Amino acid sequence: MNAPQTPHTLHFMPSAGFRARAKDVVDNPFLRQSFRGAMDFLMSKRAAQFPDAEELESLRTLGESIRQYNLARLPDLLERLEARLTANGIQVHWAETPDEANEIILGICRRHEAKLMVKGKSMVSEEIELNHAAEAAGIGALESDMGEYIVQLADEKPSHIIMPAIHKTKEQIAKLFAENVPGVDYTDNVDALIQIGRRVLREKFQEADIGLSGVNFAVAETGTLCLVENEGNGRMCTTAPPVHIAITGIEKIVEKLEHVPPLLSLLTRSATGQNISTYFNMISSPRKPGEKDGPSEVHLVLLDNGRSQAYADEQLRKTLQCIRCGACMNHCPVYTRIGGHAYGTTYPGPIGKIISPHMLGLEATKGLVTASSLCGACGEVCPVKIPIPELLIRLREEAFSAPPRANPAMRGQGAGYSGLISAVWRGWAAVYRSPSLYRVATWMGSRLRGLVPSRQGAWTSVRVPLKPAPKRLRDMLKERG
Amino acid sequence: MKPAQSPPARPSDVYFFATCVVDQFFPGAGMDAITLLESQGIRVHFPEEQTCCGQPAYTSGFPDEARKVAAHQLTLFPNEWPVVVPSGSCAGMMKHHYPTLFAADPIRKAQAEKLSARIYEFTDFLVNVLGWHPEDHGDACTVVLHTSCSARREMGVHLTGRKLLGDLHKVTVAQQDHESECCGFGGTFSVKQPEISGAMVEDKVKALKATGAERVVSADCGCLMNILGHAAWKDRQEGRAKPSLPGEHIASFLLRRTSK
Amino acid sequence: MSARDRILAKLRANSPSTVGNPPDVAAWYATHRIAENGADKAKRFRHFIELAHAEVYAVSRGGWLQKLYEVLSAKQIGKLLIAPGTAHGARVAAELPGLDIACPAYDTAIESWKPALFNDIPAAFTRARAAIAETGTLILWPDADEPRLMSLVPPLHIVLLDAASIHNTFYEAMQAEGWKDGLPTNALLISGPSKTADIQQTLAYGAHGPKELVVLLIGDEQ
Repeated sequence: MNAPQTPHTLHFMPSAGFRARAKDVVDNPFLRQSFRGAMDFLMSKRAAQFPDAEELESLRTLGESIRQYNLARLPDLLERLEARLTANGIQVHWAETPDEANEIILGICRRHEAKLMVKGKSMVSEEIELNHAAEAAGIGALESDMGEYIVQLADEKPSHIIMPAIHKTKEQIAKLFAENVPGVDYTDNVDALIQIGRRVLREKFQEADIGLSGVNFAVAETGTLCLVENEGNGRMCTTAPPVHIAITGIEKIVEKLEHVPPLLSLLTRSATGQNISTYFNMISSPRKPGEKDGPSEVHLVLLDNGRSQAYADEQLRKTLQCIRCGACMNHCPVYTRIGGHAYGTTYPGPIGKIISPHMLGLEATKGLVTASSLCGACGEVCPVKIPIPELLIRLREEAFSAPPRANPAMRGQGAGYSGLISAVWRGWAAVYRSPSLYRVATWMGSRLRGLVPSRQGAWTSVRVPLKPAPKRLRDMLKERG
Repeated sequence: MKPAQSPPARPSDVYFFATCVVDQFFPGAGMDAITLLESQGIRVHFPEEQTCCGQPAYTSGFPDEARKVAAHQLTLFPNEWPVVVPSGSCAGMMKHHYPTLFAADPIRKAQAEKLSARIYEFTDFLVNVLGWHPEDHGDACTVVLHTSCSARREMGVHLTGRKLLGDLHKVTVAQQDHESECCGFGGTFSVKQPEISGAMVEDKVKALKATGAERVVSADCGCLMNILGHAAWKDRQEGRAKPSLPGEHIASFLLRRTSK
Repeated sequence: MSARDRILAKLRANSPSTVGNPPDVAAWYATHRIAENGADKAKRFRHFIELAHAEVYAVSRGGWLQKLYEVLSAKQIGKLLIAPGTAHGARVAAELPGLDIACPAYDTAIESWKPALFNDIPAAFTRARAAIAETGTLILWPDADEPRLMSLVPPLHIVLLDAASIHNTFYEAMQAEGWKDGLPTNALLISGPSKTADIQQTLAYGAHGPKELVVLLIGDEQ
């Protein structure tokens, strides 16, 4: 296959239009209600998995220490993983950028003259927009996770990293199937809809030349790729086609096999409130002589895409502890109000706000880092204790506090800098660090309260104006004597 | 949640750090908090030079400005007395974020750590230091308690607030739906993301009203500004003269209930 | 410089100077998970896998074939994919065809019969090498005799499990069996029939893999 190579552009649209997209959802009572219901469901499922607060806390501490220990040794572990996988017969590829990753994957496809790739759930493949790249190269890329399949049929992106079609109702899906799947009549019976998907996709698992998957944990000591799933499509993609390509971020690595059970337990219990997923699929080699199925070639693509930037900073490195459970979005009052699409990034919700700036730069994501009340619900439930609010504050500093400077910690540092806003904060600091200026300013405020404008920008869109009290506390205390 | 650290003994004197919001917008709450502390036989000192904890700049990503303002507060409490703060999120800032804020400045970091150890949120102080059990002299009523997120997650203030209200025999504490969810204030978040913040406060006010409680009480004035500001706006929109959700600082409520 | 070298160089340039102590996974399990006796483990395994919609039948070492036949009859299934190279597969192959149940073998590479496997095989029978009580999980190590797709493609998967091989936890299983010293091509944990909740959080079974999972649990009593 020699399809012409079109330059690959990413289709993300984070900051631009974020507020407008958020408003669309906020103003839609139906969507508001449906996100609220879905998040309530996932929160209660998680809570039921952790009845013992001490067990939860100690397991989170263990999870955090496992992730930090492995990140601290990341370059060594990547080399060990590569050596071990290679010895096991799995081919390892490295990509710094989404374009490089796509080129590696499409190169393998071309070598096998592949026409169809079936895909298990992989957020990294969303991150590099593999489906677009494959399409441009004339290779079919079909999502096989039910939620991903639905989202792909609708020509949308996942709105949640674990539940990709959480924004859709069964009636919408029924209509989508009736209009897009040949020979299917409208039914909004969930079992019937799933059986339609099963029938269509089972044909494709047989046909596919390539199976693509993500990776939940890559184990260095054994050279093993671990995948978590409930449906069995991940196992189909990694077993039925003659070639399996796995793609993962460079951070998903653990040194020891014994690191896997605690992380798996944290992952499934935090994500969907299951004590374990239906399948845990551990792949350590291609088909061996005498074996009768499984792919004869297995590849792993290791993607950087900004992760090494987060890695370089001790504080920002904590971002990479993430095991992609999605609990932070399930518990986020902002995500609950606006859903996943409003973010415009592959990873929505709190984790999206802290990881996307490394992938896309702060120029494109500066609006997202302000979209948090810093309530702390995300950090409280994070199974590996990522201090998400603290990282958001740091990202705000990187984006807004200073003009672009040499050798910044992040791409896009200073992208949100405004001389005026900074001057306001400097002025604020000048007043609030000086008791005399503070006294004068607040005295003026209390005297001139009658002149307070009735419109105070965004504040008064849903609130009455703020008005200083006629007397300050310090005045009242003086009068009391 | 967090056991009271030093001083375990009942102090004779405390400092009162009012916070800029209480000083300018809720001075009555500040007075009531001071009166309540004094009624327990404690001398309350109000350092005249106090301004703001620095949180607005800190959470907006302007740590230098936050540091300047915070550094000023570090010097205002020379005696080893507890510092009582009638606002959970400001107390959280001083208790949990000051040491980080001054991490690169060894002298101020040491000062910050010493100060942080003496910071008490108001209800935490009443319960865990004074062991106060308020005696109820009011009529039967139902209230609903809102706790700010940082106070809840950093200081466990929902527990101390609930404990104090629970001691009031004639007060029923209603339970709102999604109690632990943020009201949508978040400092500059409320003006930087007004659509989302507006949706959050709308849901919060609905949940509070749905309990049928006659008022909302809170130990955090930022949340109160947001919640009461939206409730009053909604009343205006719908032409109600009487507030559909009155509210006040928990200090004012406690003082009134315990006054004979 | 290759992408590999550039990535590693960037990471190396900024690696933390101290690594910290290795996490003590063993200590956590020792303090947070109880070690149960055989009967309790079997009970807990059964409880959790039944919660996940699997059918479990307690059988004896000599009597499981009878139960297998009963299950197939009750489900009106006349064809069972087996592994004749295993002891349990051979026993099935010797007995069931005489009772009108065809027992095709997975004895050639998938490439030669993929459509038939996907379309003409209603059920498959394999062994589980072990299980996990804590989560109600079967452990399978597919091999040349019992290939990977046996436990995935047929709509009904029937598994033979010896209760004596049930571990308390996943951690205990991998430690006791020395997994770090050698894993097969594919190791699998299976905790119920295939399922999804991707449409409006409504649980539906039989998404892509087996719609039904039956466990024949060999107890110690006989």
